[in-house]
Amino acid sequence: MSDETVITVRGLRNAFGEQVVHESLDLDLYRGEILGVVGGSGTGKSVLMRSIIGLQQPEEGEIEILGQNVAEANESEYLDLRRRWGVLFQNGALFSTLTVAENVQVPLREFYKDLDEELLDEIASYKIVMSGLPVEAAPKFPSELSGGMRKRAGIARALALDPPLLFLDEPTAGLDPIGAAAFDQLILDLKESLDLTVFLITHDLDTLYAICDRVAVLADKKVIADGTIDELLATDHPWIQEYFDGPRARAALHAKERN
Amino acid sequence: MEGQADFTERETNGETVLHFTGRLTVARIGDLDDRLTDMAIRPAKADISEVERVDTVGAWILHKLKRDYGTKIVGASNNAERLIDQVASADEIVQVRPDEGSAFSRTLARIGAGTMEGFGSLRGLLAFFGGLCIAIGNVFANPRRFRFNAVVQRFETVGVSSLGIIGLMSFLIGIVIAQQGAVQLRQFGAEVFTINLVGRITMRELGVLMTAIMVAGRSGSAFAAQLGSMKLAEEVDAMRTIGVPPMESLVLPRVLATTLLMPLLGFYAALVMIMGGGLLCWVSLGIPPDTFIQRIREVVPMTDLYVGLIKAPVFGFIIGLTGCFQGMQVEGNNEEVGLKTTAAVVQAIFLVIVLDAFFAVFFSSIGWV
Repeated sequence: MSDETVITVRGLRNAFGEQVVHESLDLDLYRGEILGVVGGSGTGKSVLMRSIIGLQQPEEGEIEILGQNVAEANESEYLDLRRRWGVLFQNGALFSTLTVAENVQVPLREFYKDLDEELLDEIASYKIVMSGLPVEAAPKFPSELSGGMRKRAGIARALALDPPLLFLDEPTAGLDPIGAAAFDQLILDLKESLDLTVFLITHDLDTLYAICDRVAVLADKKVIADGTIDELLATDHPWIQEYFDGPRARAALHAKERN
Repeated sequence: MEGQADFTERETNGETVLHFTGRLTVARIGDLDDRLTDMAIRPAKADISEVERVDTVGAWILHKLKRDYGTKIVGASNNAERLIDQVASADEIVQVRPDEGSAFSRTLARIGAGTMEGFGSLRGLLAFFGGLCIAIGNVFANPRRFRFNAVVQRFETVGVSSLGIIGLMSFLIGIVIAQQGAVQLRQFGAEVFTINLVGRITMRELGVLMTAIMVAGRSGSAFAAQLGSMKLAEEVDAMRTIGVPPMESLVLPRVLATTLLMPLLGFYAALVMIMGGGLLCWVSLGIPPDTFIQRIREVVPMTDLYVGLIKAPVFGFIIGLTGCFQGMQVEGNNEEVGLKTTAAVVQAIFLVIVLDAFFAVFFSSIGWV
């Protein structure tokens, strides 16, 4: 982890009609870290991610990604930026009419039209194996896969262009504990081997303890605290105390200590 | 392009060494892979000390050199070395495309699958009809289970809210029939028979048939889409678990609504068609409305009305049944909802037209001509 920021958010404001989701929200993501973003339901974790990746136009505020101000970027700069991040949506968001291998090849085909078929197939193959999918999964369609496999396929697609930055929206939601732990390990392995910076939205305390370098807490329309879990515990915000000092959090901490 | 990946061959100490330059990344790789694959020599070493950046695609290409030619990679940074190890451990034989046989066997398989699907669908529809009959029996045996409110609600969506569009369509069709008929009949000096044409064809055939097509497109498809998405969201399963039979609560009100409303809508459509025809007769043939109505009463026998009214509920039943049946067939993903909705409309219109042909033969043979 270094002091170099990959994402800088300043004074972000998001609102849907009357309902304000974010108000003067600040956030930093440093190179090489896994940042866990937590918050109660409806605090706008997904909205934050969507505004960073440009799916949601913020009302106010500056967002800078990899040194590029998103609002000021022109079409080609934005496209260039876009190939430098990968996104895993909550349910994988795989294209249902394409096989897993074809899903992985979509970004490659879109951006690098001159890659030949053979190399594309090879790239899809090793990405699929790297994402921990069995080799039989490659020619299958998303509807034939289990939830956990769909998420792995989603990661394979997100990593298709070798992006330095990865966004994950609740990657372990809906997985069984063993599957979730394996997925945590996968994220950690990929981060180590591919030198990724990861923005991770989660509710899973085990994930927070196991792989996150830093945690940002969303409440009251902004990031009320960020830091390691120990640092967060030192603050006296009631929500943070309840979140990280509740029975589930203690169980997760025990689990971590046992490992 | 700046930083394009490239290599040069050099002889050093009797060994071939490949010197790579540029960036070995997916963006700058170009045709490097092809050139390396087509290479005649087996390089002993690959020097990548001048390479600016390596990503997994570059690492993969280096890994292939190592694997296929036994080339030693030298001058790799820690990062590059780690990536090469990573992709090497992910190198497995992966079947990328689904199995496909020859064109011949694929065609045969497609014909076979189509046939099976056609018969399967017919069988399923019959089974669904059976299930609906049981549900109707249950409701008769236990009238308190009849969902009156649900039926009335369907009356509104199937009937009242479609009056506008069906009226407009019918009016225009009435005008078209009268206009086309008048043009043809004028050649024999028999323009006055335009009234017979309009009156009989609308009451007997077109009123009900066009309404059936409109209802199939409007309500049959809506049924399939509604039930399909409810099925996907596990709402139907939740109903079953709670003890609410979906046949009684979802299917029966819908089928009942189309069955009961089709005669009304069909009759309404026929009347509006006659009005449209009457307007054209008045404007272009100079037949005043009162004469037109008088003639209509003389030339349209009562049996024509019966023909229409007997067919209509049968068509309505078919439309409701296929719509609900296809909706309940949805499984797996969202794409299915679209497919089944299309299937519901196509199947309903097809069955309606086939039955219409049977009815035409039947009514002619019993002397209702």
